[in-house]
Amino acid sequence: MARKLPHKDAVVIGLGWTGSILANELTDAGLDVVALERGPWRNTATDFSITYAQDELRYRIQHELFLRNSQMSVTFRNNVNQTALPVRTWGAFMLGNGVGGAGVHWNAETWRFLPTDFTLKSHLAQRYGASFLPEDMTIQDWGVSFDELEPHYDEFEYLCGTSGQAGNLGGAIQSGGNPFEGPRSRPYPTPPQKQGYGHMLFAQAAAQLGYKPFPQPSGNLSRPYTNPLGVTLGQCTYCGFCEWFGCANYAKASPQTTILPVLLRKSNFEARTECEVMRINVDNTGKRATGVTYVDSSGEEFEQPTDLVLLCAFSLFNVQLLLLSGIGTPYDPQSGQGQIGRNFTHQTMSTALGFFDKDKHNFNPFVASGAMGMIIDEFNGDNFDHSSLGFVGGGYIGEVQTNGRPIETTAVPPGTPAWGSKWKQALKDNYLSTINSGGAVHASMYSYRDNYLSLDPTYKDRFGRPLVRLTIDFHDNELKMSSFLTDKFAEILQQMGAKQIVKKPRKAPYDVTAYQTSHLNGGAIMSDNPGNSALNRYLQSWDVPNLFVMGASAFPQNAGYNPTGTVGALAYWSAAAIRSQYLKNPGPLVHA
Amino acid sequence: MRERTKYLSLVSRALLLGTMLSAPEAAIAAGIDTQNFGQIERGHYLTIAGDCAACHTLPGSGHDLAGGRLIETPFGELAAPNITPDPTTGIGAWTDDEFVNALTKGTGRDGARLYPAMPYTYYTKVTRDDALAIRAYLNTIPAVQNAVKSDRLPFPLDLRVGMAAWDEMFFTPGVFRPDPGKTAEWNRGAYLVEGLGHCGMCHTPKNSLGADETSARMQGYNLQGWFAPNITNDPRRGLGSWSIGDIVSYLKTGHNGTSAATGLMAETLTLSTSQLSDPDLKAIATYLKDRPGDRANQPGQTDNAPTTPDQATMKTGAQIYADECSGCHAGNGKGIPGLFPTLSGTPVVQQTDPTTLLHVVLRGALSVGTKPAPTAAAMPAFAWLLNDDEVAAVVTYIRNAWRNAAPAVSASDVGKARDSLIERSD
Repeated sequence: MARKLPHKDAVVIGLGWTGSILANELTDAGLDVVALERGPWRNTATDFSITYAQDELRYRIQHELFLRNSQMSVTFRNNVNQTALPVRTWGAFMLGNGVGGAGVHWNAETWRFLPTDFTLKSHLAQRYGASFLPEDMTIQDWGVSFDELEPHYDEFEYLCGTSGQAGNLGGAIQSGGNPFEGPRSRPYPTPPQKQGYGHMLFAQAAAQLGYKPFPQPSGNLSRPYTNPLGVTLGQCTYCGFCEWFGCANYAKASPQTTILPVLLRKSNFEARTECEVMRINVDNTGKRATGVTYVDSSGEEFEQPTDLVLLCAFSLFNVQLLLLSGIGTPYDPQSGQGQIGRNFTHQTMSTALGFFDKDKHNFNPFVASGAMGMIIDEFNGDNFDHSSLGFVGGGYIGEVQTNGRPIETTAVPPGTPAWGSKWKQALKDNYLSTINSGGAVHASMYSYRDNYLSLDPTYKDRFGRPLVRLTIDFHDNELKMSSFLTDKFAEILQQMGAKQIVKKPRKAPYDVTAYQTSHLNGGAIMSDNPGNSALNRYLQSWDVPNLFVMGASAFPQNAGYNPTGTVGALAYWSAAAIRSQYLKNPGPLVHA
Repeated sequence: MRERTKYLSLVSRALLLGTMLSAPEAAIAAGIDTQNFGQIERGHYLTIAGDCAACHTLPGSGHDLAGGRLIETPFGELAAPNITPDPTTGIGAWTDDEFVNALTKGTGRDGARLYPAMPYTYYTKVTRDDALAIRAYLNTIPAVQNAVKSDRLPFPLDLRVGMAAWDEMFFTPGVFRPDPGKTAEWNRGAYLVEGLGHCGMCHTPKNSLGADETSARMQGYNLQGWFAPNITNDPRRGLGSWSIGDIVSYLKTGHNGTSAATGLMAETLTLSTSQLSDPDLKAIATYLKDRPGDRANQPGQTDNAPTTPDQATMKTGAQIYADECSGCHAGNGKGIPGLFPTLSGTPVVQQTDPTTLLHVVLRGALSVGTKPAPTAAAMPAFAWLLNDDEVAAVVTYIRNAWRNAAPAVSASDVGKARDSLIERSD
């Protein structure tokens, strides 16, 4: 029997980026807020200290910061005809754990989506005709526009101190920035990061080919910055240990370096770590959340009553908790009906290796940051004419080499033995003179009828709850796109003077062991239509109006950018609606 | 875990005897108008200025000023008494005169001497008006029944009779007398620093009996694993390089353009100085900036000239600095304002006694967070990573790089610091 705790005004499930933002906004509004976090507390100096943070074996190979599969995992299959099996070590994606969530271990690429990304279905139908899209593609409009989100993108970037070069200030195109971006209300808070020789060589070659290269927007800061909350961030040292790692220098934007110092000072905020939420409780009408039930590390079960639930866990676990709590209708891929679990997407990543003459080029790959890099955006979203290409979607292309770490970053030319003295010699010959841009082509993955999330019928967690099951594969549209974009990147490598190029376009089937970013999206998507979405345009549950669901689970499909900027903007957008509308008049903010 | 608190110069049991006397009636002290809210508010402010909570509130107890915190002294530990208005275990039964005498003369309710861990040697400067305002405020806080056994000192220090002789030797009673040759602001600063603020309790060196070395006021003192630095206007080791604004910012927010508060000062800052008014902080800074170092009287503290440490050590230290320190504190030692302290030209790294520097390097340190400066960055611990020779080299380097100058630190100094920190639970 769960022990019933005193009432709280709001419960935040998961204390990562969105949980921290919502908790800060709601405590500012005067609410008494408790955050429940499954993982441990994490502080910079004690959990990713400068004395050991740059340990590739510990963090990259052994996954120290990530959720342990023995505590919670997922099951995976490519299609409904297969039986899903549990993931016993993370591969295709890394799931964060603990305070700060994925905001601790991200690379800090801080992008905005294109204006047309938010009206994707209607935009593509208008430009190419509705029949241009594959029959089983289930893309949708988001129900929120870029213009509505712009102030909140701005809010998140100024929270983080994002380093970048504006490309479009209020409609005026700025040289050196991304000319394709939507109009921004003001410049980035800090100038772009410095770029390495390889990055600048890419930019030069791209410009020669007629493209407009620009520096990637980065949450690893080019210079110290104090955000509007009064929290100061440091300056990136280009150590090349960002993704998979916590930043020891307070230079990477994370909840720890931007919000938590302020949040923790508030008397109306409390965080409980090592507390795993079992379910969201709803009353007998099924229309109102009454609280959450959680278990602490001693195994004791608690019921936390509340008026308002903010579901801020990682996308997959948001969907799992909705399904476990019986909120909304589970999606059925056969009928296409149901809302919870639909439109599950990832990213379509590809690259090409460029081997250069070692006597002419020294790229010093170890001088890096997770979000430095020079980019072109000519082939992202619908920035280019798809009418003759046979696919939709796209991505950014860039030299974004984020590290020269000794275990992972050891590309050698094809034909080199996999071990022994010849391998060592080849590595020595190529380490400094190879462009090995892991995310060179960072492309969209649109949604399909047969890619979805559901509860696994067989595999359960330690509490006996079904794991969430991922059913996902690549479709021809994405594979064609990947091939096209990888060729474009290879052309630029050629222009840079590579002596050998090895293209690695994305291939089917989707491989759950091959890392492809941790950008898992959808499953509890937003739109204007309650028939095909879990959430309204304010991220409010259609079914349970005192429940809001944050994060990339709300994306109807994934764009060709890293998601965190949009996740942050949506969190602020939702928080603004809660503060200005919901708290004054609790109830549905959109009437179905 | 034992609670330790800010240093108090000599064994004391403060107000204990009075608190233990039976008091059948919780008499509200005569002479205080319980509805004089102006007096109560002023008393609250003065209680903060006196940092009473540092000793008299047990952290985490939820009971303000109800005593019980252990106070670490070179002679043993004392427990701070309960100063809530509880008539039996607090000071509710005391008369105003008894309270004022305890505060300003170091006499307990029955006439027994207090130990000067209770800073009556400083509070003696407090005016009777201010003492009564403090009393008026203390009368309003929730009475907590909490009997504290203060005396924990070993024989013969537990005999209070000895304190009369100590007072005779080291205690000069008397209210603060303004210097008519100075400004009102200077005098206000002097009143706060030398009186309620009792800054010298930590920052003034002590003699073997725990009394202030009056010849070296506020030139720094080693206590509880830290070195409370020189806060005279000494150009290298004191506040000479800090403007009045730098001092005010530090005391208000815990941070200024170059430095951050940590350790014992972080607590003082949270409980006391961050809550003082800007004019009072400016007055304190004005007074401190007018304190000459008077270094000539301090053996070992007279050296303001650059030192010449061993060049091999400096080279090793520079290499360790580049690898381990420069990522945050920058190659030029300038750090990042508000985040990573400046090492170049900073007084705290150039103290003659390197205790604080060794503490921070070996064990790490959390800077204080305040509302205007919430970041509260922390320094990680290096004790596990660097051996005594390496710590000695890098600390010697930091103390003498750029234009810094301070005596070299030896590996055996580091070893001693390492051993003493292992024994500390705070």
